[in-house]
Formats: sequence, C-alpha cells, structure tokens
Amino acid sequence: MAGGREIKTKIKSVQNTRKVTRALEMVSASKIRKAQDLMKASRPYARLMRQVIGHIAKANTEYQHPFMVARTQIKRVGYIVVSTDRGLCGGLNSNLFRRVINEIREHIDNGVQVDLVAIGSKANAFFKRFKVNLVGTATHLGEKPQLNALIGVIKVMLDAYTDGRIDQLNLAYNDFVNTMTQKPTVDTLLPLPPSNGLSTTHEWDYIYEPSPDVVLDHVLTRYIESLVYQATLENLASEHAARMVAMKSASDNASKAIETLSLIYNKARQAAITQEISEIVGGAAAV
Amino acid sequence: MTSTIRCDIVSAEEEIFHGAAQLIVATGEMGELGIAPRHAPLITRLKPGQVRVILENGDEQFFYVSGGILEVQPQVVTVLADTAIRAKDLDEAAANKAKDAAERALANRTDALEIAQAQVELAQAMAQLQALERLRKALKH
Repeated sequence: MAGGREIKTKIKSVQNTRKVTRALEMVSASKIRKAQDLMKASRPYARLMRQVIGHIAKANTEYQHPFMVARTQIKRVGYIVVSTDRGLCGGLNSNLFRRVINEIREHIDNGVQVDLVAIGSKANAFFKRFKVNLVGTATHLGEKPQLNALIGVIKVMLDAYTDGRIDQLNLAYNDFVNTMTQKPTVDTLLPLPPSNGLSTTHEWDYIYEPSPDVVLDHVLTRYIESLVYQATLENLASEHAARMVAMKSASDNASKAIETLSLIYNKARQAAITQEISEIVGGAAAV
Repeated sequence: MTSTIRCDIVSAEEEIFHGAAQLIVATGEMGELGIAPRHAPLITRLKPGQVRVILENGDEQFFYVSGGILEVQPQVVTVLADTAIRAKDLDEAAANKAKDAAERALANRTDALEIAQAQVELAQAMAQLQALERLRKALKH
C-alpha cells in the first residue's frame, strides 16, 4: 500500500485547515452585522453635520475659511489611507493600495510630492517601504473603532493643510456596497468640494459665538473627523465581508482537495488489495 | 397649544435624542443658552456640561456632553456632541503620538524601495492570485 499513510496524514491536515477557515468564515459572518450596526449608528451624525455645513454654505458669511478655498497651485498632496489591521481578507487591501499607488505615481510624475497617513497595520506595513512621506499612523483600532484613536492622525493632516504644507487632502478606503462587493474609493476631503444644488440666497447669517473663524474652524474639523470615522467603519464592514467570502472559498477548496485525496487514497488501497490477492493466487498456483 | 422646536442630539458614535421640545438649555462657550422656538439662527461651540431638554409635556431630560457644536435654526436645534473629552493640548498629544508611530515605522524599514519596485511586488502577488484562479478552474474540468 504505497503512500497510504502519507495520503491519510495529508487528508487530516487539510481537514484541520478547513476547520480553521470554516470558523473564521462564521466569525466574520457574525461580525459583519455588528460592523453594519456601527455604520448605521454613526449615520445621523454625518447627516446632521452635512445639514449644518449646508446651512453654513448658505449663510452670508464674510469670513472665508481656508478649508473652503481651493488653491491654484498644488505642490504637495496628502492621503489618508484606511486599511485593515489583519490579513486573510482576499484582495481587499491590495486592490485599495494599487489604486492609491497609481494616483501617487501620477502625482510624482507631475512633480507633486505626497504625504501619507496610514490607518490600520496593513497600510502601515505597506507604505513604510515607500519613498512617500509617512507622517502619521494609527493601528489596532479593534472591532469597535473609537473616534479617539483617529483624532491624532487627522490633526496631523489638518495642521499640514492649514500651514500650507499640503494643498489637497484625499481619503482612501473600501466602500461597503454589499457583502459581495467592496469598492476601493478615493475621496477629496480638502478643499471642501463646493456644494452644488444649494440655493445661495445670502439673506441671513448666523449669530456666531464667539466668532465666525473659531466656530467654522471647529465645525469643519469635526466634519472632516466624522468623514474619516465613517470611512473607517465602512472599511471595517468591508473587511469582514471580504474575509467571509475569502474564507468561504478557502473552505470550498479544502473540501475539494479532501475529495481528490480520498479518491487517490481509495485507489491506492484498492491497488494494494488487488496486488495482495494476485500474489496469493500466484503463490497458490506455484505450489 | 404650546409651540415646539425640533431637537436632534447626536454624537459620531450614536444618536442620543430626537424629538420635539419646548425649550433647550445648553452651556455655550459664551454662557448659558436657552433656545425657545423661532430663535434666531445661531451657531456656537458647547462647553462640557449638561444639555437640558424640556419636552412637549413639560418633562425634562438631561444629557451630558463633553463639548460639541450647537446649531440653531428657527425650527430645528442640532447638537453635535463630541464623544471624547477634547482639549487643544490633548489633541496635540494625539497628533504627536501619531507622528511618533509613523517615525518608528519608518525607522524599522530595511530598505527604501522605489515605488516601481513595490509595484512589481504587487503585480507579482496579483499574478500569483490569477495563476491560482486558473489552476482552480483547470482542476474543475
């Protein structure tokens, strides 16, 4: 029975792998729900924030905040890249990174420098090998990301923008479309895109306490923070969805491998038995 | 019938309250504010403290906010509460921490790879994935 034991061991090991991938698949399936709930819970804030920003855009403000003014010459661009902390989620991170790299390369070809902030260990590990200027990282956000953990990295970029070190700020993340689809997305955060569809009647203005610049600065900073936070949650839901799909196909592949190996094993066993019988028959004939 | 104003209190992580109110009392940066229906448009920062909402039926509800933004429109009051305790120096510390983390990551880099080189690596990984895919399909037949 040639190799029978080896094949058996192999089958055992593939079965163990399948157990692990099955478990991961089920864990991700339950975590998607939680991540989606988080996404839903943070939506009202984002919606009301947009509403307030919309009102501000309509108000007759004499003060022009730097975040709202597009700069004519762009010398340096900032990127906030949101990735996962863990692997085993298919091509989720690589697809996003490829998209970002293509953009970075385009910028560099045009003589524009790039600053980068990484959220998540995967982006950190990937971009630190680059010639891009990594100015901040935030990793290990866990299953329930807190806005707290993101304040630092966002402030790094906002300060850079205010000081004129960067002239544009982009946000790259995976948009959760549904369980099967996650879309690598790059959005422009700063300068704030002009809100179209808003009627600019300029008939009233707010009472600002204490003053327009202080209040606007505060509101716009919170707005950017909420966008990045929302993107992080989208990315989290995408991570679990991608992992579930990847692990499902891994489990299926393991099942297929086990089937093939069982077939080989049975054939080997059959061959050994046939050989044994023919040996006995041959032996009996010789006597 | 008493007139009311719509009130929304939200934080980045959850919706805290929404409903009709007779009066909303909050601690603005310049002092205590009482917002009644048809108040003039106003926008202010909030100090850490409580937001008191007097409901239609006269009941009171209290919410603690650790800062945030209060926006008043004639028919609607929006409170965008901060989830965390925020202060300028705390934010500064967080920013420095993020920068340090990046510097540590950069200090660990073994070799400054060119973008092109990393792109090659990525392309290789993609090619491997595609090869696996093809192999899988071939096995099926």
